[in-house]
Amino acid sequence: MKKNDFLHKHQKTLAPLLSLVLIILVTASVTPGFLKITFVDGHLFGSLVDILHRGTPTALVALGMAVVIATRGIDLSVGAVIAICGAVTAVLTVNTDWPVWIVILCALGTGALCGLWNGILVSVFNIQPIVATLILMVAGRGIAQMITEGQIVTFHSEVLDAIGNGYFLAFPIRVWIAIGLILLTVIVMRKTALGLFIESVGANVRASRLVGIEARLLVMSAYVFSGFCAGLSGIILAADIRGADANNAGLWLELDAILAVVLAGASLAGGRIYLLLTVVGVLIIQTLTTAILTSGLPVQYNLVVKATIILAVLLIQSPKTRQWLSGLFPKKEGDKKGSTTP
Amino acid sequence: MINERNLPILATLLVFILLYGFGVYEYRGFRDTLVFTNLLTDNAFLIITAIGMTFVILSGGIDLSVGSMIAFIGVLMAYMISSMGLHPAFAIGIALLVGVFFGTIMGVIIAFFEIQAFIVTLAGMFLFRGLAYLINLDAVPISHPFIMALSDIYVPLPGRGGLTFIAMAMLVLLVIGILVARRTRFGMSVYALGGDSHSAALLGVPVGKTIIKIYALSGFYSAMSGVIFAIYTGSAYPLAAVGVELDAIAAVVIGGTLLTGGVGYVFGTFLGAMIQGIIQTLITFDGSLNSWWTKLAVGGLLLFFILLQKGIVVWVKKRAAG
Repeated sequence: MKKNDFLHKHQKTLAPLLSLVLIILVTASVTPGFLKITFVDGHLFGSLVDILHRGTPTALVALGMAVVIATRGIDLSVGAVIAICGAVTAVLTVNTDWPVWIVILCALGTGALCGLWNGILVSVFNIQPIVATLILMVAGRGIAQMITEGQIVTFHSEVLDAIGNGYFLAFPIRVWIAIGLILLTVIVMRKTALGLFIESVGANVRASRLVGIEARLLVMSAYVFSGFCAGLSGIILAADIRGADANNAGLWLELDAILAVVLAGASLAGGRIYLLLTVVGVLIIQTLTTAILTSGLPVQYNLVVKATIILAVLLIQSPKTRQWLSGLFPKKEGDKKGSTTP
Repeated sequence: MINERNLPILATLLVFILLYGFGVYEYRGFRDTLVFTNLLTDNAFLIITAIGMTFVILSGGIDLSVGSMIAFIGVLMAYMISSMGLHPAFAIGIALLVGVFFGTIMGVIIAFFEIQAFIVTLAGMFLFRGLAYLINLDAVPISHPFIMALSDIYVPLPGRGGLTFIAMAMLVLLVIGILVARRTRFGMSVYALGGDSHSAALLGVPVGKTIIKIYALSGFYSAMSGVIFAIYTGSAYPLAAVGVELDAIAAVVIGGTLLTGGVGYVFGTFLGAMIQGIIQTLITFDGSLNSWWTKLAVGGLLLFFILLQKGIVVWVKKRAAG
C-alpha cells in the first residue's frame, strides 16, 4: 500500500530516472568497462565522465529552454545564438587585445541581446513563440557567418582553453560551470516568487495577469535567460574546438534541448517544469549517443536507435497510455486518482 | 474583393512582383523566360514539400520530418532501382507508399496519444535520417533509362526557357493541392481544425481522422518531393535536404498562411517558395554578395510578413470592436 502511494506520487519523477538507469545498465552489460572510472593526474576519466563533459552544452541550453517552455513558449533560435556567440568570442579574441573576461562578457551579452529580441517579439508583439524564434533561427547563422566573414576563425587563449577542456577538482571545469548555473536556476525557480510567477504565466496567462503579475516582463526575461544560456554554451563549444564554425556550431542542439525538457515530463503547453529532471533528460540523450558509439554498433544506427527509444519513452509517458494501462488493471481508489489526466 | 484575409497573399504577390521587377530592371539576363522556368525547376522540390506543410500548418500543427523524408525516399529509391533491380516506376510507387505510411503513423501518434506534433515529427526527423543512413552512407548515382527519359522531357517556351518534367510535375501537384484545400470536405475540415479545433469537433469535424489524413498527406508530398529531388540531382544522398523543413515553413509563412492555423492559401505557399528562389537568383546574379545574405534576407522577409499578419489581425479586431 505505502509503496504504491509512493510510486504514484513520484510517477513523473521516476520515469526519466528509471529510463536513465536502465540505459546505463544495458550499455554497461553490452560494453565492458563502460562504468569504469579511473583517476589519473587528478583528473577523472571514463565514459561516464565523458557523458557529463559532452552533455554540458546541451544541459545549459536545455536549462534556458525549460524556463522558456514554462512560460508556454519555445526557443528555436538557441542553435543559431550559439553560433553567433561563438563567432563573437573568436573574432574578439583574434582581432582585439581585450582581456578575456571582457570578451566573455561581450559574448554573454550578445546571447542575452538575442534573447531580448525574441522576448520582445513574443511578449510585446504577441507573436507565437515558435514563429518569433524561427526568424532568428533562419537569420542567426547568416549573422554568425557575417561576423566570421564566412571563415572558420581559430583562436588561442589559455582561459578559454581551460573553459573548454580544463579540469578543476577532478571534474571538467565546464561541468562545474553547468552545475553552478543549474543550482542557481533551481534556487531561483523553486525558492523565490519569480519561479512561481513564471510557471503561473505559462499555466494561465489571464489568471496570473488578474493576480497582478507583470506577464510581459516575465516572459521577456525567460527568453533573455535562454539567450544567455545559449551564449554560455556557445563560448564553451567554441573554446572546446578553439574556433568558431558559423555553419555547424550548435547545429540541431535546440532539438536535443527541447527533447530533454519533454523527456523530463514538461508539457509544451506550459506550466510546471522539472529542472533537475531536464538535466536527467539531457543525460539520457547524451548517454544514448555515447552508448551507441562505444557499443560497437555501426555509427549509422545511432539516429534510428535514438529515435526509437525516444518515441518509446514518449509513448510510455503519454497520459493516454497511462489511462489505457490503468484501464487494463482497475484497482483501488488511489490508482484511479493517479491515472486521471489533466 | 479585398478583404483582410486576402491581404497577406496580396502582400506576398507584391513582394514577388517587386523582386522580379528589380531583377528585370537590374540585369539584362533576367528578362529571359529561362530565369523563370529555371526558378520553377530549381525550387520544385521545395515547393512540393511546402504544399504538404501548408496543410499541416493550416491545421495548427507542424511537420519537422520533411527534410529527412526527402533524403530517405531518395536513398530508398536508389536502393530499389540499383540493388534490387526494380523498374523505377514501380520503385517510385513503393517509395510514395512508404512516405504515406510513415506520415500516417506520425498522424496516429499525434491524434491518439496526444503528443505534440512538434515532438513526434522531431522524432520522425531523426528516424528517417537514420533509416537513410542504414540503407546507404554514400551518395549514389541513379542512372536508369527511365529516369533519364523523365529528365529529358522538355517543353520549350518562347525565349530560351522551357518546362522540364520536374517543373510540370510540381505544377500538377500544386493544382491538386489547391483543389484539395478549397474543393473537398477534407480541405474544409483542415481549415476548421486550424480555426478552432474545439468548435470544429462540436460541428462534427472528425478531428482524429483529419489529423491522421493531414500528416499522411504531408508524408505523401514530402515523399513526392524526395522522388523529384532524386530525379533533379540524378543521385541519392542520405545527407540531402538538411534543413529543408525550415525553408518549407518559411515559404508557408511568407506565403501568407497564419501560423496559428485556419487562414491561408496553397498558392501563397508557391509564391513564398518562389520568393526565396528569386532572392537566391538575385544574389547569384549580383555576384559580389555572399551566400549568407540569403539567410538574412529570408529572415527579414519572415519578420516583415509576421508583423504584417499581426497588424492585420489587430486591425480587424479593432474594426470589429468599433
